[in-house]
Amino acid sequence: MKNYVEHIEAVEKENYDRYVKSVTPTTSMPKNMLNAFLVGGMICLIGQIINNAVMNFGVDKVVAAGWTNVVLIGLTVLLTGLNIYPKIGKYGGAGALVPITGFANSVVAPALEYKVEGQVFGIGCKIFTIAGPVILYGIFSSWCLGILYWITQTL
Amino acid sequence: MVVGKQSVIFDNPPFIKSMASIVGKKEGDGPLGPEFDRIVEDAKFGTDNWEAAESMFQTETAKLAITKSGLQKDAVRYVFAGDLLGQLIASTFGLAELEIPFFGLYGACSTMGEAMSLGAMNVAAGYADYVLALASSHFASAEKSFRFPLEYSNQRPFSATWTVTGCGAVIIGKEGNIAKIEGVTTGKIVDYGVKDSMNMGACMAPAAADVIYRNLKDLSVDCNHYDKIITGDLGVVGRTILLDLLNDRGVDISSLHYDCGIEIFDNSLQDTHSGGSGCGCSASVLCSYILKQLESGNWKRILFVPTGALMSPISFNEGNSIPGIAHAVILSAI
Repeated sequence: MKNYVEHIEAVEKENYDRYVKSVTPTTSMPKNMLNAFLVGGMICLIGQIINNAVMNFGVDKVVAAGWTNVVLIGLTVLLTGLNIYPKIGKYGGAGALVPITGFANSVVAPALEYKVEGQVFGIGCKIFTIAGPVILYGIFSSWCLGILYWITQTL
Repeated sequence: MVVGKQSVIFDNPPFIKSMASIVGKKEGDGPLGPEFDRIVEDAKFGTDNWEAAESMFQTETAKLAITKSGLQKDAVRYVFAGDLLGQLIASTFGLAELEIPFFGLYGACSTMGEAMSLGAMNVAAGYADYVLALASSHFASAEKSFRFPLEYSNQRPFSATWTVTGCGAVIIGKEGNIAKIEGVTTGKIVDYGVKDSMNMGACMAPAAADVIYRNLKDLSVDCNHYDKIITGDLGVVGRTILLDLLNDRGVDISSLHYDCGIEIFDNSLQDTHSGGSGCGCSASVLCSYILKQLESGNWKRILFVPTGALMSPISFNEGNSIPGIAHAVILSAI
């Protein structure tokens, strides 16, 4: 009897879930993708302009890439502090999230928010609450790839 | 008098003696802006952080309600209050200076209904002459507690609601001339297994439907017993679900229904998606527009049903659903 009741409850929950989906408005995927393409592309274009400008001063390619990152991150930090980056993100979605600027925003935002809880327990402990998984699993997966690379080299 | 399974009708009904509402700028810019007692432009209310700001909303609203009642602070025997933050810090730090015996309540966004129910029961039972009931929320402190830091760039789905910055407070007493509290129906925790924290309306609508249906059954009345049935913060999506769920049970409240969350903002102009939410939403709208309608006699009797989504970021991460709760308070004109 208990199993039967549980079964009925499970069916009801599933039905409710389906019903809720049917009455909840959704966003337009093509529009989101277009916005993401435009914003993401624009960020990459700015990056390329910075890169070319730096290389014009006779800096080599590797160092210029470093400068490009530093400038993009610096700009994002500034735009986040001025509350402009969240507006870009609201419009651009993944286009603003995926580039290095999105990562910078995800680090700065908690730092600003938790500043009032102190340098150690506020900023220190919470600065990576959003970026933490990216850092952890980014390092872990590169470690895995390193092992794979090492195996294929030694064979 | 105990009525039905979940309701109480007071033999000596308590009254609402005074009301106060203080809200933030965005709420002040909304359609109900002129109804509120005070609009605070500074989101931090002169403090250093969001939590202290929310406490300040409670302090100031509580004081204003006491002042408007014409009572001395000492005449208020208990305060029933709550907010959305962990350990109820907005209430703790906001109400400490009042030095009134304190019951801290957590009913998510249904807290105003819970506070008024318990306050009214106390007054009706003769354990207090006057009590204070209030609830608050703050957009920034709620985002920080439940979602993301404010400056984090992300997109909110259409079903998401916007937490109201504000506080509403009432003095409930053995006498008063704003409205009468005829009775209450206490809601159950209702869990339909929704796991979408960005669709609180869907989490709460079943609880609202349940307590409204229970109220009608307990009192053996049909929904036209009320001029309005007012939910807290179901939003546009939650309203659709509530009406459908009640229709399934043969109750049509579509012409009577009013949702504080839908009314407090202009969703298209203010970019609030599904509407307002938070304890402060139902509390501030009750303590302004709604009670004014009863005071002036425009509405004779209403069912006030603040709705709460009992969500915790911890249980949510552990894979649990978000149960809903709603408490109904029967208010009538004098």
